[in-house]
Amino acid sequence: MQPEQALLKTPLHSAHAEAKARFTPFAGYDMPVQYADGVLTEHRWAREHAGLFDVSHMGPAVLHLNSPSGDPERDHAAIAAALEQLVPADLQRLKRGRQRYTFLLNANGGIIDDLMVLRPERDDRQDRLFLVVNAGTKPADFALIGQALAGTATLTPLADHALIALQGPEAAAVFAALVPQALDLSFMQGRWFGWESHFLSVTRSGYTGEDGFEIMIDNEAAPALWTRLLEDGRVRPIGLGARDSLRLEAGLPLYGHDLDESISPVEAGLTFALSKRRLAAADFPGAARILGELADGPERVRVGLKVQGAPAREGADIATPDGAVVGRVTSGGFSPTLSQPIALAFVPPALAAPGTRLNAIVRGKPQPAEVVALPFVPHRYARQP
Amino acid sequence: MRFTKDHEWIELNGDIATVGITAYAAEQLGDVVFVETPEVGKVVKAGQSLAVVESVKAASDIYAPIDGEVVETQAALSDHPETVNEDPESAAWFAKLRIADPAQIDSLMDRDAYEAFLDTL
Repeated sequence: MQPEQALLKTPLHSAHAEAKARFTPFAGYDMPVQYADGVLTEHRWAREHAGLFDVSHMGPAVLHLNSPSGDPERDHAAIAAALEQLVPADLQRLKRGRQRYTFLLNANGGIIDDLMVLRPERDDRQDRLFLVVNAGTKPADFALIGQALAGTATLTPLADHALIALQGPEAAAVFAALVPQALDLSFMQGRWFGWESHFLSVTRSGYTGEDGFEIMIDNEAAPALWTRLLEDGRVRPIGLGARDSLRLEAGLPLYGHDLDESISPVEAGLTFALSKRRLAAADFPGAARILGELADGPERVRVGLKVQGAPAREGADIATPDGAVVGRVTSGGFSPTLSQPIALAFVPPALAAPGTRLNAIVRGKPQPAEVVALPFVPHRYARQP
Repeated sequence: MRFTKDHEWIELNGDIATVGITAYAAEQLGDVVFVETPEVGKVVKAGQSLAVVESVKAASDIYAPIDGEVVETQAALSDHPETVNEDPESAAWFAKLRIADPAQIDSLMDRDAYEAFLDTL
């Protein structure tokens, strides 16, 4: 038997234990999978009120120019151009205080990871970009970025910081009681705010489809913020179990399941994140494949399925009514909002139109599965008016 | 009522045994959202899959505690899977088995032995 590797703990671990969390190993961390309420109740709470998530296992980092000129616009252009070598987003034209969802791509256009990039607002911070990558891919991502941009820019993991997400229709009212100016942010905007004696890096974003914030704070101050937010009766802690069912309803892919190094952004249905300027320039890794798929159509595409019967889990085959296996489920479970099983799967484009009737094979038995438009549950982001 | 280390319970009435899962198992599973019961007439050996329960996160097999033939299943569970969480050791039985060998039951744990076993987990 292999000796068990010691699991890492986030700065909020003891707060979770006090809240009677049940823990599970996730990406090397001992994480709360649910609290006393259980997954269904937590899920519904986040959809109706405000849910608080510890996402400190994820990887925040700052990428900064080695030799800034001191000219803010010139420095932003330089740091943006550096990171653009690895991603298909237009970071050079990203406005101050704006966040972008993008991907690290391999030479074949496969997704090495999906990540968030934030351009700071202040003049004296224009030589840097703030990134958040996935927990499981953190070491590899950091090594890749560090090596690819060596000489130009340096990546510094913000390991001494916790990440807390506050999500749900009441999240804005709750957070405004602590940081009123946070309401100035729209979806995918970010800024630094003071709270008591601490700095919070706040973005209006999340992984539930609801309005809300993702907040970065020093490890030492994180438990105080966590506790303070939970003092509001509209807020309850939400574990990784409901985090997964919430993001699944929102149609948001999970790296390592719905995205991997063989899957392109076109196949994954994420073409909104491919910049027109970058596509025209074809100057990102795997551009040839991605442009080819945009012109001719990909071999497979990610679809949403409403499944009848038992939940179709990851790995379940998808078949046509006459029994031919045409795809596979990459994420699947039960939707508390719709009260029925839902799944994400990859199928040929000819079978991807909403209304297409397929079968999901669960324990050897075909169950009806209808292609539906994503998201399963409408997003309620606080978009800019 | 007798118990297995996989947290099934079984209750014998004549040659018919009723099978369910324990309160401990239901608590560990979390919110049950789907139950698959066996076909009447299915013949199972002890340790074989008898039913499947699904929580939001995962599917779990329910094993036959002893050999037998399925004579009745609890159809109401398909419409009300939450019964498994609400009343696991009574209303939420999965199947009734006509058993072949009553002596097999004696090899299972009684309530005291099962609770002592839970203390070791």
